[in-house]
Amino acid sequence: MIGITLNDYLILSTILFMIGFYGTIRRKNLLMLFFSTEIMLNAVNIGLAAISKFHGDLTGQMFAFFIIAIAASEVAVGLGLLILWFKRHNTIDLDSLQSMKG
Amino acid sequence: MFEVVAFYLFAFLTIAMFSVTVITKNALYALSSLAAGMIFISAFFFLLDAEFLGAVQIVVYTGAVMALYAFGMMFFDSINDVKEHVANPRLTFMLTGIVALIVVFIFIAPVIGANATAHYPVHPEYGNIQDVGLVLFTKYLVPFEVAAVMLLVAMIGGIILAGKKMDISVTQMSEHDLDNHKTDTEIAKDLK
Repeated sequence: MIGITLNDYLILSTILFMIGFYGTIRRKNLLMLFFSTEIMLNAVNIGLAAISKFHGDLTGQMFAFFIIAIAASEVAVGLGLLILWFKRHNTIDLDSLQSMKG
Repeated sequence: MFEVVAFYLFAFLTIAMFSVTVITKNALYALSSLAAGMIFISAFFFLLDAEFLGAVQIVVYTGAVMALYAFGMMFFDSINDVKEHVANPRLTFMLTGIVALIVVFIFIAPVIGANATAHYPVHPEYGNIQDVGLVLFTKYLVPFEVAAVMLLVAMIGGIILAGKKMDISVTQMSEHDLDNHKTDTEIAKDLK
């Protein structure tokens, strides 16, 4: 039985990233859009950790840490804006952000 | 052998959970499956000898981010199904496919840095947590501090944005006050 190589992890990372990407362009609810971006960030983290392991370098893990920190602050600010939008317009549909109608 | 079984098991579980998050119409199902997927992803970090990253993944994502989403969802009508109008579902599939193809081409492209040497090599005798600490507090000290400031800014921003009118509690108001109290939506409608 052959072991797991770097390519396997990168393929998994790509599949998860594509799931997140599909969600990002399909979803019209802003909360669901946030979930999809979280999936994409996590997929990249797996790739970085895998490269860190197979190259024996810690830089990949460092980048994963900073990505986690950025994701956390993105959620805090984004959810605050979302609550503000929901209080004003009673909807978090992406189409409601469209104020200019052609 | 154990590693191979664990990899495929968790790969299947993560893909299934995240697919549920992307496809489901119920916001609560999406949140729960996303939290489960985050925990399964931490298993990959443990498999990759990045124990500290795995612990951080569980603490930050399923502990902090998911709790924040859960609290945030109390403001939204999360019981009802999410109504979404997708104008062109075929186009989304096509765009995703094209981007997937591009990523595949990037991966099979020849890597110039194939014989690159590690700048910060892993010391197996230290253990992962000590190793991470050494690199994080020497080479990456400035980014670390900047990230701390960024988290503080995000916290203040979140409180200021979401905390508006939090001093008015609808449940503690008397009936008379409640009748006179206008919500933001009604004020917006009046202005129109």
